[in-house]
Amino acid sequence: MELAGLGAYLLFFLNLVGIYAIMALGLNMQWGMTGQFNIGIAGFFAVGAYTTAILTTGPADGWLGGFDLPFLLGLAGSIIVCVPVAWVVGRITANLRTDYLAIATIGIAEIIRLFFLNEGWLSNGTRGIPGIQKPLDLGNGGYLLIVLAFVAITYLLVEVARRSPWGRVLRAIRDNEPATAAAGKDIARFRLEAFVVGSCIMALGGGLYAHFVGFVSPEAFRPLYGTFLVWVMLIAGGSGNNLGAMLGALVVWIIWSSTEVLADLVPTALIGSESAFRVFLIGVLLQVILVSRPQGLLPERRPPMPGERRRS
Amino acid sequence: MSLIHAEGLYAGYGGVDILRNTHLRVGADEIVVIVGPNGAGKSTAMKAMFGLVPVRAGTVTYRGEDITNRPPERMVTRGIAYVPQEANIFPSLSVLENLELGAYAIPGDMSPRLEKVFEIFPRLRERRHQQAGVMSGGERQMVAMGRALMVDPHLLMLDEPTAGLSPRLIDETIERIREVNQLGIGVLMVEQNARQALAVADRGYVLATGENRHEDSGPALLANPEVAEMFLGG
Amino acid sequence: MIEVIQLLINGILLGSILALGAVGATMIFGVLRFAHFAHGDFMAVGAYFALTVVTVFNLPVLAALPVAMAGTAALAVAIDQVVYKRIRRVQPVILLISSFATALVLRSAIQMIWGSSNQVYETGIQLPWRIGPLTLKPDHLLIFAAAAGLVLMVHLFLTRTRMGKAMRAMSDNMDLALITGIPADRVIMWTWAIGGALAAAAGVLLGMDTRLHPVMGWTLLLPIFAATILGGIGRPYGAILGGLVIGCAMELSTLIIPGSYKPAVAFAIMVLTLIFRPQGIIKGAV
Repeated sequence: MELAGLGAYLLFFLNLVGIYAIMALGLNMQWGMTGQFNIGIAGFFAVGAYTTAILTTGPADGWLGGFDLPFLLGLAGSIIVCVPVAWVVGRITANLRTDYLAIATIGIAEIIRLFFLNEGWLSNGTRGIPGIQKPLDLGNGGYLLIVLAFVAITYLLVEVARRSPWGRVLRAIRDNEPATAAAGKDIARFRLEAFVVGSCIMALGGGLYAHFVGFVSPEAFRPLYGTFLVWVMLIAGGSGNNLGAMLGALVVWIIWSSTEVLADLVPTALIGSESAFRVFLIGVLLQVILVSRPQGLLPERRPPMPGERRRS
Repeated sequence: MSLIHAEGLYAGYGGVDILRNTHLRVGADEIVVIVGPNGAGKSTAMKAMFGLVPVRAGTVTYRGEDITNRPPERMVTRGIAYVPQEANIFPSLSVLENLELGAYAIPGDMSPRLEKVFEIFPRLRERRHQQAGVMSGGERQMVAMGRALMVDPHLLMLDEPTAGLSPRLIDETIERIREVNQLGIGVLMVEQNARQALAVADRGYVLATGENRHEDSGPALLANPEVAEMFLGG
Repeated sequence: MIEVIQLLINGILLGSILALGAVGATMIFGVLRFAHFAHGDFMAVGAYFALTVVTVFNLPVLAALPVAMAGTAALAVAIDQVVYKRIRRVQPVILLISSFATALVLRSAIQMIWGSSNQVYETGIQLPWRIGPLTLKPDHLLIFAAAAGLVLMVHLFLTRTRMGKAMRAMSDNMDLALITGIPADRVIMWTWAIGGALAAAAGVLLGMDTRLHPVMGWTLLLPIFAATILGGIGRPYGAILGGLVIGCAMELSTLIIPGSYKPAVAFAIMVLTLIFRPQGIIKGAV
């Protein structure tokens, strides 16, 4: 019985790791590769989750829905809806300086959350949208295979992108923007492309998340879960390194889960609120990483430039 | 005896030496001018002496004390003032505040120093409550030099003090620098307008690719045909 | 018309609170060159410090204000010394991420110490004054007077003291400040102390106006940044003006759109500023 419970927990846990790994990969495209400081991940996460929730659920009671589309079409919808949203956001913000971009993206994420909170006709407001099914009546185990498949596909795509000439231009922009501009590259276009692609990957994560938990509400897209944990994962794992991003998702979820155990051990009277204690611990952890190992567990390893010989 | 003496300097940015075995010396009451083509390392030499560019080898001696690679604030308290070529004022502060901040690192009453600066630059007294950022190029240069003089320096380092000024203002600025020098302050300056600067200089150095090329009195350098051809436009 | 005047009164009230937050944020932005994402949470911490003073010593809120300001100033300096100072030289962006973490740590600490529910300084209902058709609470006058007094003190500090001038100078031209021999570390410490103290004051006044809640500051972070950018980075007077403009715009917007979108109004003004006049009303330093 113990073992079965542990197994069930493990499945639950790995599903979330996979979903967050996808989001960390999306963030790595923006931050790790291009140097765009997006802290509005939660916004694109929410767009993806709500889109598939609206598209795939049965009859809706007072909100937009009842399309009852299949799972894959829902996910496709998540990505497709995210393109114009990210494009508009990117057009406005992608060329802002890092700190302005940070402020702007967090603002957009909050506005997206306010939008889902207030526009009840679309999203059922605070009550959220229930009844989002997993495909083929799968359990957590079956769904994990789907999530892992998406993780693999996303990883391959971003890794190919990273090694492509396109990815090299992004890194060049990140490392030396004036020189890249002088080389005749349209910086604004490359930035916007990276921003849209990265955001769509986050939306995909949002879609997978919605089907996994079966329910979406604005509460899930507060900056903590939607944005902060993803950042901790990427920084801990090693920004610029796609394997590091995924490793970071795993490690941080392990830590995040163990904070629950730790919070259980400490008497509640001492810490007041268990969830607050966990956030506190993860915040302190990030500070420790930033102070002691800012390059992360797996630091970036650049793919060789054409004609450059790999050192072994 | 020399006020400041740089010997065999090797210095530069990011491991690349711009200066190679550079020597410079300023005597107590001298005006010394560094001229040379672009990229010769003129500004770098001055910054290295002031501790703004790390010196990899060689020594900087000031009044008998080794000050190589000291942080700039230590230079200020010892009586060395430096005026960068660009962004050399606090634009949102008033003229008076710019001058007051110049004296920040120096303890004691600053009003005599302020009075001295106002005597050299009467224009600054008139406009002391003006916001420095909205003033003309010539006036800003006065603010910048005035700020440096608030340190009550023994040595004033000026990086292209006449850059971007009109011919009339160039002459006036050079004249002011001469007045400052007559107060007993040694002056080391980098100049593009080499002709006017060398005319008032006690000595001049010609640097090229980070190395000493010529060293002589100002008039002698002006008369040197090679120098004239290379750096003074024939 | 009456409605507009009432909203303007509310807007100036909100604007004064934003201004206090924005002055600190803009000085930190100007001197340290990074957007401090925990600034809203400094506000909340200050508000809760005052709550403790009010409940333990049974003092009026305004008497607790200086204590809260001093406590938050000390906290801000301590966080800088323990965390930010160590990563300052690495990369400015790392500071930004770190301040995001600080925000969460502070917020969860508040939840752990003071709980997550709404709290107020004084229970009981304050009878509003009715001036014709307008209503004004006595507290509102106190808030406005306190904010105005603090702004005046900041003004005197920045223009009359050596440290205040040095702070403006560093925000203006960092390299020249160092060449001039201004001690950067001390100026930075003072910047944190004053930024923290003003944020705390903003938090206490906000708590007087509404209620205390762990996310009270975070929800105002966006309008504060908007005020900072609108006023010009590193420009304290711009931040005050920006705060008032943003506060009034947020309140007046409720004439046209639902009140729940108030943060979006602040955001829209900020984005328009960034696009059309990125240096802000008063030309910013960065």
